[in-house]
Amino acid sequence: MLRISCPWCGPRDEPEFRWGGEVPVLRPGPPEAVSDSAWAQYLFVRDNPKGWVRERWVHAFGCRQWLIVVRNTVTHEIRATARLTEPLPEVTP
Amino acid sequence: MRMSAHRLESGGRIDRGRPLAFAFDGRRYEGFAGDTLASALLANGVRILGRSFKLHRPRGILGAWGEEPNAIVQIGTGETTVPNLKATQVELAEALEARSVNCWPSARSDVFAFLKMFGPLMPAGFYYKTFKWPSWHWFEPTVRRAAGLGVAPTGADPDRYEERHEHCDVLVVGAGPAGLAAALAATRAGARTVLADDRPVLGGALQWEEKTVDERPALEWVGEVEGELRAASNARVLTRTTAFGCYDHHLVALAERFGEQTARPIRERLWHVRAEQVVLATGAIERQLVFPDNDVPGVMLASAARNYAVQYAVRPGRRAVLVTSTDSGYDAAESLKPRGIAIEAIVDTRMDPGEVAARARRAGFAVRAGYVPVRVHGTRAVRAIDIQPLAETLRAHSTGSLLRLECDLVCVSGGWTPSVHLFSQARGQLRYDAERAAFVPGSGPKGFQCAGSAAGQFALRECLTDGFAAGRKAAKATGARSDAGISPIAAPERTAVAPFWAAPRHDHRKAWVDLQNDVTRADLELAARENLRSVEHVKRYTTTGMAVDQGKTSNMNALGILSDLTKTPIPQIGTTTFRPPYDPVTLGTLAARHVGPLYRPLRRTPLDSQHSDQGACFEDFGGWRRAAWYTSHGQSREECIRAEKRAARGAVSLFDGSPLGKIEVRGPDAAVFLNRMYCNSMKTLPVGRVRYGIMLSEHGVILDDGVCLRLAEDHFLVSTTSGGADRIFSGFEEWLQCEWPDLRVLATNVTCAWGNIAIAGPRARELLSLLSTDVDLDPKAFPHLSVRCGRLENVPARIARVGFTGELSFEINVAAGYTAALWERLLERGAPLGVRPIGIEALQDLRTEKGYLHVGTDTDGRTLPTDIGMGEALAKKSEDFVGRRSLERAEAKRPDRLQLVGLSADDPGTVLPVGAHVVADPKARLGSQGYVTSSCMSEALGRTVALGLVQGGRSRHGESVAIYCNGRLWPAHIVSPQWYDPKGERLNA
Repeated sequence: MLRISCPWCGPRDEPEFRWGGEVPVLRPGPPEAVSDSAWAQYLFVRDNPKGWVRERWVHAFGCRQWLIVVRNTVTHEIRATARLTEPLPEVTP
Repeated sequence: MRMSAHRLESGGRIDRGRPLAFAFDGRRYEGFAGDTLASALLANGVRILGRSFKLHRPRGILGAWGEEPNAIVQIGTGETTVPNLKATQVELAEALEARSVNCWPSARSDVFAFLKMFGPLMPAGFYYKTFKWPSWHWFEPTVRRAAGLGVAPTGADPDRYEERHEHCDVLVVGAGPAGLAAALAATRAGARTVLADDRPVLGGALQWEEKTVDERPALEWVGEVEGELRAASNARVLTRTTAFGCYDHHLVALAERFGEQTARPIRERLWHVRAEQVVLATGAIERQLVFPDNDVPGVMLASAARNYAVQYAVRPGRRAVLVTSTDSGYDAAESLKPRGIAIEAIVDTRMDPGEVAARARRAGFAVRAGYVPVRVHGTRAVRAIDIQPLAETLRAHSTGSLLRLECDLVCVSGGWTPSVHLFSQARGQLRYDAERAAFVPGSGPKGFQCAGSAAGQFALRECLTDGFAAGRKAAKATGARSDAGISPIAAPERTAVAPFWAAPRHDHRKAWVDLQNDVTRADLELAARENLRSVEHVKRYTTTGMAVDQGKTSNMNALGILSDLTKTPIPQIGTTTFRPPYDPVTLGTLAARHVGPLYRPLRRTPLDSQHSDQGACFEDFGGWRRAAWYTSHGQSREECIRAEKRAARGAVSLFDGSPLGKIEVRGPDAAVFLNRMYCNSMKTLPVGRVRYGIMLSEHGVILDDGVCLRLAEDHFLVSTTSGGADRIFSGFEEWLQCEWPDLRVLATNVTCAWGNIAIAGPRARELLSLLSTDVDLDPKAFPHLSVRCGRLENVPARIARVGFTGELSFEINVAAGYTAALWERLLERGAPLGVRPIGIEALQDLRTEKGYLHVGTDTDGRTLPTDIGMGEALAKKSEDFVGRRSLERAEAKRPDRLQLVGLSADDPGTVLPVGAHVVADPKARLGSQGYVTSSCMSEALGRTVALGLVQGGRSRHGESVAIYCNGRLWPAHIVSPQWYDPKGERLNA
């Protein structure tokens, strides 16, 4: 079970959080200017890397704030967490 | 009291003043407090405790704790029974009832014993090769009965289980010498320390090894350490507590047992321990030796025989032969001999055992070095063992120099396997150590250390210093700064071992590798011949290392044999994956308190007790305990629901809508935000007005529906479906925080802060006007789809003219605490008007005949707003909203999409079954064009009504169709879904 350090509340157990997928995912728009493939890319296509990934989680049973987590999908190590208002942490393999 | 012939006159750590009566396979026996079931049975001369899994061979006790493969028992009866426990781990208790498993009527006399004659016909992969035609399922029930373990309890477990979360600096697993030294060092250094051990007493092997620590009896030292730890404010000592799993980020799961005593507040407790540092002092397990007939009752691990003799004062035999490939095996001889167990010989498989053998000979033991066992005499008990010089055995069927040694006990010592299970679960790497003939911990995960024999340090001296150093290091890593003092010490020992994976194949006799699963060396040979290379495949093919003991005494031998067979070095073969649990854990412990009504606690509305008083039948609707209908004296369920529907259509009804989701949305950008969340326009909603709206996912699919109330320019109240409140509110937060942080909006979920009562029926206004209110109820001042904030009976209220029945209706929101008083007043004042509370059942029928859809019932995971007639509202909206782009796909515009329609059975008495299909070809009954989603008998219309999703349905009104379900066909017509009051005259009254 992961232990995630909420930037607002401190380290908490995984069941307090909900996973929200990889970031960044940019929502394309306006709708009339978006091609079908660009829209499908936004909806369905993710990198899903083996190794370091930036993702967003929400501290659902806590402060209810969304946060950024830099997690290794192989070892489950968490290298950093950040508020959404902070610059997105860099990932280097 | 008569002392059993197998119990020593004195000694042992049993309480002879507390005899305990117990039963095994229906026979009564007596033991003492401090016994395990296994030691008590041995003391009573019981040698056969179980039957083997496949062949039902008689099996006795091999080990003395969790490594035991044979003595599997079922404890207790009925609801509290526990199957598949190891008798070696069951603490004896008064009136304990134990039964053997996988045999009938008992382990002594088992009717399936004939199966052993078919042994040659049941090699590895037997089931796969034999029971494949016509299908495994055809054979399964019989095979499962013949080859199975214990039985499940007969009912729900009445006992209580708990769970606890613990955070500590240092967790020490195992309270043998290394673990005690580690816990001592960590505690003295000032770290918050937890020490957990699965046995009832601390000390591990010190309980029976008769060694000295710091120049005094080891148990004295154990007692002192225990005293110091229990007195320390920064240490917690847990006995009877198995650490069974290591999970991510230093989470270790422990299962604490409270024994089999009858008066226990809780039975077991699950600990979630989050430790900064973990010291694994989990010890090592002695290996069985693989030789022919090594499964006959009376063949026992040397360490176990010693354990029984010293700790439990039990004689596991009278005349013993010790077969060893290690120096430590000799220690058993020294413990057994003074307790009246004659040592017939020490058989050492090594050609030159060196000093240890010389010393044994000086002490008067007969040592046979370079000999191997070739057969055991006896089937239900050992009578003798034949040994032979290794060189002779290598010549098949040679009887040269065969030596028969009469005995009733064969002690075996095949070396030690460090218990690296938890280390490996924590992703620690293992390294093969040829000198120790075992896998030992290699590079470890951060914060994990192995200490003592778990790290391959098999001598007490190294266990103590290694454990102490690990505890000190762990404490230091957590910032503890006090002085830990100096490590306890012990005398040096010899621990040499020469790997002896199996006696050479000599004749046809079976040499058992895994006793629990009846896996022989021949099975491994077959697997190798059939070219199974991966150790994981060999495990699954032969079943070696499976079931409740997980091959604790056998895995290493299996790897060694495979290595010889495949000419592959052991490190390249590797081990199978270690997975939790280390030892079986009951489902009760894992479930803890999350059972029955606490599994998912039902939410109650503020009117729960009012519903009870009015005879409500409750059901679970989306996690809420809601009134399905209200019982009336002498009336059936159907009659009650019909009466409720008549009240709503003919007089006035009350409905508890409190679970409806209520989300307040405030701020200067509230209108902009909601305009993006709903697929229809909300920006244009005037203050004081209400609009029905639909929210979509980004895939364009309908997510939720409900009304949106504009209370002020910058203040909205969003109403969601009862089950959708949390989901929609979470979605609001995600969009606001992650996508549009620039919007100045605050959303708050106030679902539980407000109660909601819906008053519906032609006399609804009449009823409301009987209460005092400052809201003008006149239809001109307060038309349909508007909202007024004011006071009702002097209580702040939000009153909206909306409803789900199609009648004149008012939904009243008052603070949750006032809801019950308001409900009671409405019932009391409304009595002369014929007011009646209605439940979900009536409401569902009323909304179906009105043609109001229910999201999730009349829509599915593909339904778009255009499919339910929202096309016009969408066309009017120019701005972007969630899901908009998905509605532009070609798929979204197909004319044959499933669309919401009414379905009218040609026979007005037929209630079309929900889920029945509209079939394209009624003759062949093939080709679904859609299905019925809601269906009921309409009280108001005097006929049945139904809604459904039908291909291209919106342009097919009037078409005749056939509805099919379970072999029956009904003629029907597609109609408009608005069955009742299509012009909405009643609504607008």
